[in-house]
Amino acid sequence: MAELSIISAGNGLTVQDLGRPGWKAQGLSTGGAADPLALLEAAALLGSAPTQAVIEMMGFGGRFSVSEGTRFALTGAAMEADVDGVRIIPNTTSFLPAGATLTIGAAKAGVYGYVAFAGGITTPKIMDSRAAHLTAGIGKRLQAGDTLPLGTDPDRMRAPQRLRAEDRFGGGVVRIMPGPQTDFFDQNARDAFTGTTFHRSPRGNRQGIRLDQTGAEFGAKDGLNHVSDLIVPGDIQITGAGVPYVLLAECQTIGGYPRIGSVIPADLPKIAQAAPGTPLQFQFLTLEEADATTQSQATKLRQLTQLCQPMVRDPHDIADLLRYQLISGATRGDDLEGS
Amino acid sequence: MITPQSQPELRPLGIDGVLVRFARTLTEAANARAIGFCERVKSAEITGVTEVASSLVSVRVGFDPQLTNRATIEDAIQRLLTSEQAADNEPKRLWRIPAAFGPDFAPQLHEVATLAGLTPAQAIAEIEATTVRVIAIGFAPGQPYLGMLPPAWDVPRQSTLTDSLPRGALICAVRQLIVWAADAPTGWRHIGQTAFRVYLPDAPTPFAFEPGDAVQFSAVSDSEFRDIQANTDTNGGATCEVLR
Repeated sequence: MAELSIISAGNGLTVQDLGRPGWKAQGLSTGGAADPLALLEAAALLGSAPTQAVIEMMGFGGRFSVSEGTRFALTGAAMEADVDGVRIIPNTTSFLPAGATLTIGAAKAGVYGYVAFAGGITTPKIMDSRAAHLTAGIGKRLQAGDTLPLGTDPDRMRAPQRLRAEDRFGGGVVRIMPGPQTDFFDQNARDAFTGTTFHRSPRGNRQGIRLDQTGAEFGAKDGLNHVSDLIVPGDIQITGAGVPYVLLAECQTIGGYPRIGSVIPADLPKIAQAAPGTPLQFQFLTLEEADATTQSQATKLRQLTQLCQPMVRDPHDIADLLRYQLISGATRGDDLEGS
Repeated sequence: MITPQSQPELRPLGIDGVLVRFARTLTEAANARAIGFCERVKSAEITGVTEVASSLVSVRVGFDPQLTNRATIEDAIQRLLTSEQAADNEPKRLWRIPAAFGPDFAPQLHEVATLAGLTPAQAIAEIEATTVRVIAIGFAPGQPYLGMLPPAWDVPRQSTLTDSLPRGALICAVRQLIVWAADAPTGWRHIGQTAFRVYLPDAPTPFAFEPGDAVQFSAVSDSEFRDIQANTDTNGGATCEVLR
């Protein structure tokens, strides 16, 4: 069995997959990757199953080595990375030889970076998933010295791929849909909400993020006096006078704060990947418009797979360009013919 | 007996869900309707329905938009509502759970008893005498909301939050009890302690409760409780009787 060794780790490293749906009735939210799109991107690049488990890195990576050489890909937040000093380009497939050290640094754009290995992390499943769900006591934060079982790369010689990742790291306009409590807010409150530019607060985690603003105050008509009800990731709770809290993958399943609407799944990665200070605005879709954005993970994966291209290294991306002997391969010009 | 019932509200809850809300305030009748309707949706086996969950006064019907759509699901829900029976409200199971109410394990019992106009001894007696029901499960995995205690127990949440509580803490607010399972601050008051784990992630059946289950608490002395805590062969000394 191949093994992944964690030589050092930032404090936000966990094993994640697409989570464990189906337990809401028992109070367990789906959980899984904060930015599931990054898992689909990794699966498209590596030609692997989107259900494979990866390492999620919040804000900062770590140092890793493997006992068997394997392809891997970095997706999600842009993080500086190298293998034994040779720079690794995000959203491409690279090879990590046995014993070499993969070093991943701080996020330069976005919050959640992912490192996916071609054979996937093969820790035992709990309730059909390998995802850590820390608030539910499942899994743990990874630490230096940990080792994890790793599936064998089924296709080590597969040609390197690259993918232009969807930019979701700079905030901007986020589309939301009406929910069961949208009409608890009058039109003025909804207008104030959509007319405000918020900034992602430093307070946030896999359960949700707080948004700050200094302008309008708005809230539900009956304040906070509502019976607790079922909530889903993407829901926007208004916790005080105009202080939204957007729920993410590891949210609770029942909540008492009034909710003005819900971020559609296609735009939720923009919320998860907004670093503190990132500006965010909200735009209501009608229910019909929101439902029309529905896309299955299988369809999305097919699209991403089609967008993958064979890797041709752009000289701009080659940090150690001068080390390459660019002219040593000069030929007479005809000697490749028939060779 | 079928009594006239208000028309529930259907609302979107996510692009893959419909919320059926039976009331905007918590009543035992609305809760019974929600739990009963959740069971009916499950047994109707509607094409494309992925998961059905009930809460205090509502039911979320989750669906796979690749297999069905919102309009079809809402039609199916409306058909089930048209033929809604008075909820069968008899519990299927009865849990009996030992709890300690001594000074080491119930730091806010005195405060809650005072707010309810009771002595601590009366408060413990009323908890023991009341068969509460699991009116919802959530917030944390497996965590039950249990109700309703007698009207005197309509004690609001405290305005300052308690940062953390031991697992299995019996906490109280607004005529409800919770066997605490979360790692989070709470405004509910700590009035007793069980050694019961509502959720065991590694167990074949990870979750103890189902909505609608009946629950009785039996008071044990602090020393008896320590023995129960030390005995890991049982789940906090709790028993579960299948009633039907």
